[in-house]
Amino acid sequence: MFTLLTFCFAAALLAPWLHRRLPAYAGAVLALAPASVFIWLFFQLPAVMHGHPVEQSFLWVEGLDLEFALRLDGLSLLFALLISGIGTLILFYTQGYFKGHPQQGRFLMYIIAFMTSMLGVVLSDHLLLVFIFWELTSFTSYLLIGFNHEKEAARTAALQAMLVTVLGGLFLLVGSILLAQAAGTWRISEIIQRGAEIQAHAHYLPILILICIGAFTKSAQFPFHFWLPNAMQAPTPASAYLHSSTMVKAGIYLLARLHPALGGTEEWAAILIPIGTITFLLGAVMAIGQTVLKRLLAYTTVSALGAMILLLGLGTPYTIKAMMGFVLAHALYKATLFMIAGGITHETGGETSIDKLGGLRKAMPISFACALLAGLSMGGFPPFLGFVAKETWLHALGDYPLLMIATMIGGAAYVLVGFSIGWRPFMGEMPAGLHAHEMPPAMRVGPIILAVACLGLAFFAGTTGHTLIEPAASAIAGTPLKVHLHLWAGFNKYLVISLATLAIGIGFYRARPLWLNLAQRMAGWARFGPDATYQKLFASILKFAAWQTRLLQTGHLRHYIRYIVLATTVLVFTAFLRAGGLHKLEGLTPLTVRTGALAVLMILATVATVHSKSRLRSILSMGVVGYCMALLFTFFGAPDLAMTQLVIETLTVILMALAFYHLPSFRHSSSVRTHAIDLTIAIGGGVVVTLLVLAALDVQTPTPISDYYLEHSYTKAHGRNVVNVILVDFRALDTLGEITVLTLAALGAGALLKLRPKKKEDRP
Amino acid sequence: MEVALAIVIGVLYAGGLYLMMRRNLIQLIIGLGLLSHGANLLIFTAGGLRKGGAPILAEGEKAFSALPADPLPQALILTAIVISFAVTAFALVLFLRTYQTLGTDDVDAMKETDT
Amino acid sequence: MTSLILRTATRYMFPPLLVFSIYLLLRGHHLPGGGFVGGLTAGSAFALYALSFSVAAARKLLRIDPFDMIATGLFIALISGLPPLLSGEAFLTGIWWEIPIRPSVTVSLGTPIIFDIGVYLVVLGVLLSLVFLLAEEE
Repeated sequence: MFTLLTFCFAAALLAPWLHRRLPAYAGAVLALAPASVFIWLFFQLPAVMHGHPVEQSFLWVEGLDLEFALRLDGLSLLFALLISGIGTLILFYTQGYFKGHPQQGRFLMYIIAFMTSMLGVVLSDHLLLVFIFWELTSFTSYLLIGFNHEKEAARTAALQAMLVTVLGGLFLLVGSILLAQAAGTWRISEIIQRGAEIQAHAHYLPILILICIGAFTKSAQFPFHFWLPNAMQAPTPASAYLHSSTMVKAGIYLLARLHPALGGTEEWAAILIPIGTITFLLGAVMAIGQTVLKRLLAYTTVSALGAMILLLGLGTPYTIKAMMGFVLAHALYKATLFMIAGGITHETGGETSIDKLGGLRKAMPISFACALLAGLSMGGFPPFLGFVAKETWLHALGDYPLLMIATMIGGAAYVLVGFSIGWRPFMGEMPAGLHAHEMPPAMRVGPIILAVACLGLAFFAGTTGHTLIEPAASAIAGTPLKVHLHLWAGFNKYLVISLATLAIGIGFYRARPLWLNLAQRMAGWARFGPDATYQKLFASILKFAAWQTRLLQTGHLRHYIRYIVLATTVLVFTAFLRAGGLHKLEGLTPLTVRTGALAVLMILATVATVHSKSRLRSILSMGVVGYCMALLFTFFGAPDLAMTQLVIETLTVILMALAFYHLPSFRHSSSVRTHAIDLTIAIGGGVVVTLLVLAALDVQTPTPISDYYLEHSYTKAHGRNVVNVILVDFRALDTLGEITVLTLAALGAGALLKLRPKKKEDRP
Repeated sequence: MEVALAIVIGVLYAGGLYLMMRRNLIQLIIGLGLLSHGANLLIFTAGGLRKGGAPILAEGEKAFSALPADPLPQALILTAIVISFAVTAFALVLFLRTYQTLGTDDVDAMKETDT
Repeated sequence: MTSLILRTATRYMFPPLLVFSIYLLLRGHHLPGGGFVGGLTAGSAFALYALSFSVAAARKLLRIDPFDMIATGLFIALISGLPPLLSGEAFLTGIWWEIPIRPSVTVSLGTPIIFDIGVYLVVLGVLLSLVFLLAEEE
């Protein structure tokens, strides 16, 4: 598995190069990568079906306990099959869609990278690894949505999708860490066996909420759903892939994956069921009022994701089976419809509104057939997979009459949307001025295969249920389940409800102009919606950033110093107080007369330095401070320091005198108020430093490092002057660094003085 | 003794910081100098003051009979002194060049030149 | 700045200062001194010379450009760290040789002394380049 993932990432990196070499066939060649994954997965089917997951792992980062652990069980397998299978078809589609587009290579790279990340999400068996791939999908999705980066709408939508999903990712990360702590392991396969332990843990509720937020943002659940319709700015191949069948299902996958560990509790149901229901109905209702092909599909996707969350929230074996059946059916018909929608726009020269389309059946017969098949599957007509899924779904909701009614309303909306895309653009008269032709073969492959699958899998419902749905549903439930799907389940009340839904749906479709009219009137309400809230929040963050930048970044060096000193003083002082303030000072050296006098002299000299209005007096006073330091060093056994200080002090005064020759005397003075503020801040800083020194006296390391130096200076390093031995032997590398710094200072000064802006007189 | 030195260090810091917040370039450099004196003295004092003499082994002896002054802070300060000299010199040159280029030594007037 | 007294004094003080700086450098391993102080003392000698005569005269006396001196010093310091690598020890580990001069007297020579010479040259070069540059400034 690791090899396959690496292979796919390599394919992504190769894509731009391959596209330059083989512009016409790059997509088809690259499709080999997902196709090989698909075939490999296919061969794992028997083993996984019988409950033998494929596992692989090696240690990646030891200190983090991070293993590159991959595990393929029933749930992973179904998702991985969808990802790689639809991925293969999407690459073909891309080749036709972006025919002759100069940036096709870039797009292929992004989408393959995305596909690999998505495979990583569903294959990982380590929570951190899931997070890493999860974030990679957010990132690649950002690149894909913003692919047309010259369009502002695309950039905004990409940023929005990224901010929302990455924000959710952070919640997920925190949730994962807490979960791993509660379970005592990072391995998902182990976590899901410790459900009881985790649910009894004190952190159970926070874990659940955090992980749900992560999953809900990714899977576009209310109130985070708004990014998905906006993400339709992405090129169609990306929408068809990311926003219908794969990325948005990552949240569903994660919650399904963790269901044995987190699910089945009251909290789980209380969070998932309402959110799922609201999203399901909201998406369906919003979809009704849309006219743009892709937005229509986007809202139904939101709705479908809500339905999955709802079914997962109920968490009975029936609903879990129904959910997985729906995941499969939805992926097939939604990807088809997206590809057809993109095809229609592509082949009619950019028309996106279904109300301006019509009569395409003659020009695009194959597309029509595919669209009709997928549309009927979406609506839940027999004998399509959508029908099978919907019937299982209704069956599962048998005990919840309210949810059943909701399902009927939503189902009717699906019928409307299915017809709107599978029927409406192709029937009637072609509007004047509209030219269309059939999609090229590369774009046809995907829709044909998927549409046939919508129909074909329904006829083999039993096998499909047994081989694909059953292992997945068992993995979610945590116990083996039996799945029996039937195309014809006999005449019962659910069939009646299903057929009634279809009838209502057709009625909805008939009344479409009414809905559109209503939607237009309601458009004003959008400003109370989450999208508008997001915009406001975003704008106010920018405003706040600008405000605090204006406040702090004045451009005045003095203000920066003020802030730094003030912040440091306050922080250090707080830490000092929290550490218990000053302790009793013990073992101090007694104050002698000469050192006392020296200290007084130094204080006086410092005050003189600060106070003096003359430059020369100021530097001379500073020199006095330096000489006093040298004396102090001799008093306390540091002759080397004393010598160095003495010479340096002299040289500094000389150097300053040389430089001041060219500089004016003190001319600028600040107001009295500024002086007072600065003086206060400076004295505050000084007091804190004094306290710090006194506090440091109490710190006694058991064995100072210097003992080692004192002991070994002569025996090992042949030197009696320990200070010098430290400099040139024990810590010679530090000294090497220091003389390098000296060199840089000299070079910098040399460059500043020699490279003149104005040429006065060039020295040789 | 340590208390007296701690006060001296505080005064050096306060003086240095105050000068660094002035508008004249030269005062800024002098402030920097006071600050580095303060920092050196801080390391020296915090490292512990000992009256045991210099950490230099007398001729003919193999080990210290009494504990001498701590050599480690001394080594640190020795390089710090030399480096702060180089930094001061560099700052001087930088400000000199700034003054020549901008025609002012008022720090406040250097606001718009960073673009 | 160029008073006669200063010039005369400098002329007499310059050679002993230079000798003293080298003495400081070499004895540094056993007594107070070393590359830093030595380099600074030599630098003061040249700075004094530059102030009492002229920068050009001091440059002439120095023979080589201060920047070349910095480069040489850094190079020497680096080189001194290499020998221990040959015997598989860490970079800059001190290696000592006992050189017998007479049967009873041996002199210890080690890579740390070579390193210190490098430090001496760098400090001297840095100091002089700064002083010369500032003094030459128009």
